[in-house]
Amino acid sequence: MFKHFMGLQWKSFYRSASFKTEIWFKILMALGALYFIVVFLGLGFGAYFMIEEAGWGDPLRVVNRFMVYYLTFDLVFRYMLQKMPVTNIKPLLYLPFKKSQVVNFSLGKTVVSFFNWSHAFFFIPFSVVLLTKDYPFAQVVGWHLAMMAIIYCNNFINVMVNNKDTVFYIFAGVIILAGVSQYYEWFDITLYAQPIFDYFYDMPWTAIVPWVLLLGLYFLAFGYFKKHMYLDGGLAKKHTEVRTENLDWLNRFGNLGTFLKNDIKLIKRNKRSRTAVLTGFFFIFYGLLFFTGAIEAYDGPFWKIFAGIFVTGGFLFSFGQYVPSWDSSYYPLMMSQNIKYREYLSSKWYLIIIATVISTILATFYVYFGWEAYAAVLVGAIYNIGINSYLVLWGGAYVKTPIELTSNKKAFGDKQAFNAKTLLLTLPKLLLPMVIYAIGHFLISPLAGYLFVAAFGLMGFVFKERAFKMIEGIYKKEKYKTLLAYKQK
Amino acid sequence: MITVHNLTKAYNSNTVLNIGHLEIPKGQSFGLVGNNGAGKTTLFSLLLDLIQPSSGHIINNEVQVDQSEEWKPFTSAFIDESFLIGYLTPEEYFYFIGELRGRNKADVDALLANYADFFHGEILGQKKYLRDLSKGNQKKVGIVASFIGNPEVVILDEPFANLDPTTQIRLKGIIKDLAAKEGVTVLVSSHDLIHVTEVCERIVVLNKGEVVKDIHTSAETLKELEAFFAGSSYQPQ
Repeated sequence: MFKHFMGLQWKSFYRSASFKTEIWFKILMALGALYFIVVFLGLGFGAYFMIEEAGWGDPLRVVNRFMVYYLTFDLVFRYMLQKMPVTNIKPLLYLPFKKSQVVNFSLGKTVVSFFNWSHAFFFIPFSVVLLTKDYPFAQVVGWHLAMMAIIYCNNFINVMVNNKDTVFYIFAGVIILAGVSQYYEWFDITLYAQPIFDYFYDMPWTAIVPWVLLLGLYFLAFGYFKKHMYLDGGLAKKHTEVRTENLDWLNRFGNLGTFLKNDIKLIKRNKRSRTAVLTGFFFIFYGLLFFTGAIEAYDGPFWKIFAGIFVTGGFLFSFGQYVPSWDSSYYPLMMSQNIKYREYLSSKWYLIIIATVISTILATFYVYFGWEAYAAVLVGAIYNIGINSYLVLWGGAYVKTPIELTSNKKAFGDKQAFNAKTLLLTLPKLLLPMVIYAIGHFLISPLAGYLFVAAFGLMGFVFKERAFKMIEGIYKKEKYKTLLAYKQK
Repeated sequence: MITVHNLTKAYNSNTVLNIGHLEIPKGQSFGLVGNNGAGKTTLFSLLLDLIQPSSGHIINNEVQVDQSEEWKPFTSAFIDESFLIGYLTPEEYFYFIGELRGRNKADVDALLANYADFFHGEILGQKKYLRDLSKGNQKKVGIVASFIGNPEVVILDEPFANLDPTTQIRLKGIIKDLAAKEGVTVLVSSHDLIHVTEVCERIVVLNKGEVVKDIHTSAETLKELEAFFAGSSYQPQ
């Protein structure tokens, strides 16, 4: 039986569409994974010495003190990213498997998840360092085993609370409150949490407690799953409550208004697009890294332009990047309805423009960092509107990744979204304005640099008609390939 | 209304559609039947310019569909659920299509009122998004949406599949009326020989991408079709 499950699992892995990507992208992904492993390893080996050097006290105690945050962040990350094992259960339901076997296998699958073993890269080296520093063997092992059990407890807690948004938000609220009250020294949660983790070290036999807890959680999760393994229970697709909104005020824009109404609904009613817009919103604060001088490498003058582009272009990059894939699930409708390509494209263009303007207004607080900071933001906005808005639509013609609106799967990067053409198009989006600025900055003055970039952006307005004509042509040329690609989910 | 000229569609060396000449006059109810892989959906997709012909072309009301977009205002279709926008309610979807076709809410509401029977109280005012409707109800929405804005050509791929018996009977009445009373050219494909013979004036049989029969429907048509499909036409490979 187990053999069957493993066979299915293996096939689903190496036959998945994502596995069949270009070789150089696989290399890139492997390098990315390697990077994180190295960072974690470095943290594991280095944490001890860093804490020691900073003189915060016994490194193990310090780690224990902040462990409660480490674990809660782990839980939050899991909640947002870890996939639940329910998928692919459906076809197994009516086959002659015992239900308990299916459940055991599904839960077992979560055990080998990346979200569990990635922690090993921190805990194992950290424990090894402790041992080399003559911490008692039995005590370190007790502590280590206890931590392992707690990480796995998180795994099963997440399995059970998954998709219970209210639980999550209450939890997240408490965490934020705890963090804030610690910062302002009202109430320090770590003082109460630290002794728990210290016990595992001071009295290693107490490590048995989390393991018992883990066992209990496993059985709870097992019971929960088994009880809900019905099509109308845990396996049912969730129906979302309908929220209608009156957007009739957009009617005055004619056909453009029709599309804008639709796009607003698209953004509000789908998980994936909401995530994209939220990501775009957070870009507004990205500039803080540059203007506060938090990172030395970013102190060069042209980095300000880089920041300006990102601060105002969050939506452009997170949402605009994927036009027309947002409409992928009904692209055949869009292509056969009474719609002119030009209207479709210009509605997306206006959406990007509106969002960029809103970002620019929200980013007014950068004035606090001096006129240069806000000038960079303004100039970035002009360049985004004048040049990048076209480039992003242009690049979209080549991004043929269907988007599943209702799930956040692949929301953080998708290999198909990276191809040579889109990569090439990022150069003028980010590097060109920096180069233009640098020319003005070094030849004349910072002000001239800003003016140069702004002038470039304004030129984009002048050539709007021509730009649109070209983009429309490319979309038309790519239409059939795009339709075909969207069919392959 | 629609003329097909030397149309072929091939994937690599595999020809999936090859129609020398086919003419569909205005106001005809036209039925397309054939086994899986006969090329029905391919022909419809070519009609809607969703795929490119390998050679030849289609003229829809004097517009060559792979050259100009001018066929869009008077042509509408429902092929599959990729013609629905999942995150809209049925009403919002109808209004959206209506706006694209120059109809305001009142126009659309008036049209929808005619289909109250067809909807059987399961579509309007349900507070559900299209993606949460059952397959059959999604189909009803798609079919009715294709009637919005007085199109001259309506293309429906397998409209009877997934519908309950009552709705199938109502749909047959609707399609017949469209062609007979309003002069709409209706193109329908189906696997159900009884439905097509009842609804369509003319039936074309596709087999492996080629037109093998072109029948003006009469009392004997059903027998003829059944004989054809039971007999030599199906050669499993």
